[in-house]
Amino acid sequence: MTRHKHNRWDGRRRWLRWALITPYLWLTLFFLAPFIIILKISFADPIMALPPFTPLIDWAASGLDRIQVTLDNYMFVFADRYYATIYLNSVKIAAIATLITLLIGYPMAYFIAQQPSGRRNLLLLGIILPFWISFLLRVYAWMGLLSSQGIINNLLLSIGIIDKPLTLLYNDFAVYVGLVYSYLPFMILPLYANLEHLDLDLNDAAADLGARNWQVFLDITLPLSTPGIIAGCLLVFIPGMGEFIIPALLGGSDTLMIGRALWDEFFINRDWPVASAVSIVLLLILVLPMMWFQRSQIRQSGESA
Amino acid sequence: MKNRGITLLTIAAFGYAFLYIPLLSVIVYSFNDSRLVTLWGGFSLRWYRVLLENEDVLSAALLSLQIAVVSATLATVLGTLIALALNRLGNFTGRLLLTGMITSPLVMPEIITGISLLFLFITLSDWIGWPETRGATTIAIAHITFSMAYVAVVVRSRLGALDQSLEEAAMDLGGRPWRVFFDITVPMIAPAMVAGWLLSFTLSLDDVVIASFVSGPGSTTLPMIIFSKVRLGVTPDVNALATVIIVLVSTGVIIASVITRWQAKANSGAGP
Repeated sequence: MTRHKHNRWDGRRRWLRWALITPYLWLTLFFLAPFIIILKISFADPIMALPPFTPLIDWAASGLDRIQVTLDNYMFVFADRYYATIYLNSVKIAAIATLITLLIGYPMAYFIAQQPSGRRNLLLLGIILPFWISFLLRVYAWMGLLSSQGIINNLLLSIGIIDKPLTLLYNDFAVYVGLVYSYLPFMILPLYANLEHLDLDLNDAAADLGARNWQVFLDITLPLSTPGIIAGCLLVFIPGMGEFIIPALLGGSDTLMIGRALWDEFFINRDWPVASAVSIVLLLILVLPMMWFQRSQIRQSGESA
Repeated sequence: MKNRGITLLTIAAFGYAFLYIPLLSVIVYSFNDSRLVTLWGGFSLRWYRVLLENEDVLSAALLSLQIAVVSATLATVLGTLIALALNRLGNFTGRLLLTGMITSPLVMPEIITGISLLFLFITLSDWIGWPETRGATTIAIAHITFSMAYVAVVVRSRLGALDQSLEEAAMDLGGRPWRVFFDITVPMIAPAMVAGWLLSFTLSLDDVVIASFVSGPGSTTLPMIIFSKVRLGVTPDVNALATVIIVLVSTGVIIASVITRWQAKANSGAGP
């Protein structure tokens, strides 16, 4: 590379460096700083005021002797059986919903990947389209289907399969339906992206050579599609764990999920320090799956590059 | 072999039915004359009339559209810059922090983003008196922050697949960096920028959780109104509103995909 060219590329990068300052500051102020504040508030004493927490450091006064740090909020979260149950229950619900989504999504992704390319695009559009339609309205649509005078109950009653309406709405069942429904596209798309690269004709070849279908699937396809399975499962599990709208609209009063508990702690109990501590603990639970997801993304982009 | 094909076809058919039956049911029942949402009382457009006469819904829809346009546009600019920096600047100071800050919003629970941004706005208004009140501006700031992450992902994957030799040639011929950027780079990444803008626009129009935290009195977005209505159960005018949104979005997505395919065909036809 000549020195002349090198200088020109430096000049090009210089403007980009300057231009990067705005988004960099933006993210530092509106993404990083809020976390430092929520961390700070999680160590503060709750008081009845607005904002309802003591300043951790009284900024008007100089000297650090006025710092009030307390672990009470964390002690409260850990000691309280209520929160332990909610965290465990959220993990359980998110994990089961992820598994069901995988069991439905995998055959669908496999089916799409097998189709000729023209039909494939149409089928993919069918998966992506619901994603563009409001999440809230798609969850809402299930309320009309599942309610005691809803479409499903009316149908079953008129056929005569049941003689009194089933309780389908406002319970854990409805939450599972909502989670699987809302996050199914997030499972199918990474699985499809992965299966598309696999040569599915290889399976036919193996089958022709006398291998059993299931054996081919378990020995060849499934191991090769692991990256897609991991990405899809994390894309369902992570947001499912913190989900608020689905348990709020479809769940019952006994459906315990952390997103909803957090909302209540914040808007109803107005205990901001405890809400902050609950958030931080939720983040700590999610950090491992989040890092796993980022690593799998980096690995995949590395492979395709 | 044949058996497996039929099994797959059956599962896929059920899967698509599962995806679309709820949407179709909302559309059908939006034309229901009965006030009882689930009993069919004959065809009627009355809920659309109710919707059109509801000024709260109309002004909230207008506010949501304004926020969505502003936040999608700014998010596209900022997200594209970040994608360019991560793709072209190599190893620079603060790269790791930037990568972390731009990928985390993708997997961050909305409720935590909402709470933490509210705390930031309260702290800022304590310190420097800004923002005086929370409302459209603070909602837009929140939406820009998570949308730019999506824009950065979309644009970055396009940049990664791009052939840089055109830009290099333009540079070697003496093109100024800014001209090269706007005349060559931008047109090449434009489809990704449009996709990122549309994604940001949709995410902004869809958000109810974060907006509930960072909005203030007098600024209620459309999703917030829908959420407070449907929390109490199914209402026929929300069915009508949902139908309008479903039809508009589906038309848009289908037109966009037809255009994309048409362009892809034209490009491959023009190529060698």
